[in-house]
Amino acid sequence: MKYVFIIAGVLLIPLTIAAGLIWVERRLLALFQDRYGPNRVGPFGLIQVLADVVKIFFKEDWIPPFADKAVFVMAPGILIATILLTFAVIPFTDNFLVLDSNIGILFFLGNSSLGVYSIVLGGWASNSKYSLLGSIRASAQMLTYEVFMGLSLVGVVMMADSFSLREIVEAQQGGWFFIPQFVAFLVFFIAGIAETHRTPFDIPEAEGELVAGYHSEYSGMKFGMFFVGEYLGVTLISSLIVTLFFGGWLGPAFLPPAFWFFLKTGFFICLFILIRASLPRPRYDQLMELGWKVLLPIVLLNILITGAILIYNSSL
Amino acid sequence: MNTIFYVTAAVAIVSSIMAITNRNAIHALLFLIISLLSVSVVFYIIGAPLIAALEVIVYAGAIMVLFIFVVMMLNIGMEEETEKQWLTPKMWILPVILATVLLGIFIYVSREFKFENTSADIIDPRHVGISLFTTYLIAVELAAVLLLAGIVGAYHLGKPKKKIIHRFLIKAPSDIKGNMQK
Repeated sequence: MKYVFIIAGVLLIPLTIAAGLIWVERRLLALFQDRYGPNRVGPFGLIQVLADVVKIFFKEDWIPPFADKAVFVMAPGILIATILLTFAVIPFTDNFLVLDSNIGILFFLGNSSLGVYSIVLGGWASNSKYSLLGSIRASAQMLTYEVFMGLSLVGVVMMADSFSLREIVEAQQGGWFFIPQFVAFLVFFIAGIAETHRTPFDIPEAEGELVAGYHSEYSGMKFGMFFVGEYLGVTLISSLIVTLFFGGWLGPAFLPPAFWFFLKTGFFICLFILIRASLPRPRYDQLMELGWKVLLPIVLLNILITGAILIYNSSL
Repeated sequence: MNTIFYVTAAVAIVSSIMAITNRNAIHALLFLIISLLSVSVVFYIIGAPLIAALEVIVYAGAIMVLFIFVVMMLNIGMEEETEKQWLTPKMWILPVILATVLLGIFIYVSREFKFENTSADIIDPRHVGISLFTTYLIAVELAAVLLLAGIVGAYHLGKPKKKIIHRFLIKAPSDIKGNMQK
């Protein structure tokens, strides 16, 4: 029975946070740009998201006649499913987690690489040139940044001596990993922004060139799923950064562990929004060059140095 | 455990057949992905979680994306007609003969050698790593050399022939200067 509660909680909490993030992002962006943002519906505009959801539910859910219908309908579902599945391995606290697996990190990487399909197939099934261009850009970008995302975690795995996310958090009791693994943290953060295609790296949906990129043809709740999926991705990457580099639920004992986890995750979500507000979009080839010519050598060096220090320490 | 195995095995077989017989290239690839995912579940059940994860990351997540990436560029509608021409009944003869030979060998082997039940020990990532870097070290090194050859080849093929710089970006070349003086 307790297990059912945990699963329901792990499914509902990220979805609620992701929906709430739409309001948080609009208010924070407004704050950074010296304006008000949505403040009409309810106190501080809090019910704005609910109003938007009601509106989006009553919109016509139109499938273009030239689209590949089955794949078109499937694509947004893949995005939500892969991200929500990954939350199963994230330890919110010591005992509030669905699955303590010895392949936890690999489970996350596998799911994030399956998440590429939603964008590729969504753009292809729309059968429209802007969607196809967007999904071609997205698949190249996500395949590239997956490589550094996986490699940047190798240092953490070597220090924690386990793939299990719970054991990685417990290994950080002596000190959070972002100090010895600062380079890996930076690379993971950049790759995380690219994986969720948030603003500096939102080339797949660059509205100046591609209408709305891969989801140009989507309307109604299917568009809503792509939209919420982006915020779910931000929540996921933030909670993974907290788990892997900032000690997860660990913190001073005067507050409960769950509170520390959500506090740190909230900080990184706000950082995501601040980055969106402040950075311009790079050109496509700049994005690829940054990946292969800068981040890849840095990450490989990080693995080499971490391994050398670990071997030196164990031989003492 | 056995029911899960039979269900996933059935899904793997059905989706593999669909992958072969489907005329739409992308749909066929999607069935192939489902087949790979169910094979990964089978790996997990028989106690190889690392291989299961790698199957998803490498095959379903990376290689199949590249396949779809290529097929995406083809024209929709055109390839279904060509597939129809290629998939004639005559095409099935040789593959069916070869598959029957394999099936015969499979039945012979499973009757001759009695295997233990599939509830073997779970091999965790640590054991895989240890055996890769001790027992199978030479194979790992050879695979690394092979990959290096691939990288060198790809670099040679993708080497830019000539770098073209836009004329606005050239710093004060003599001919533009000359034009301006006129």
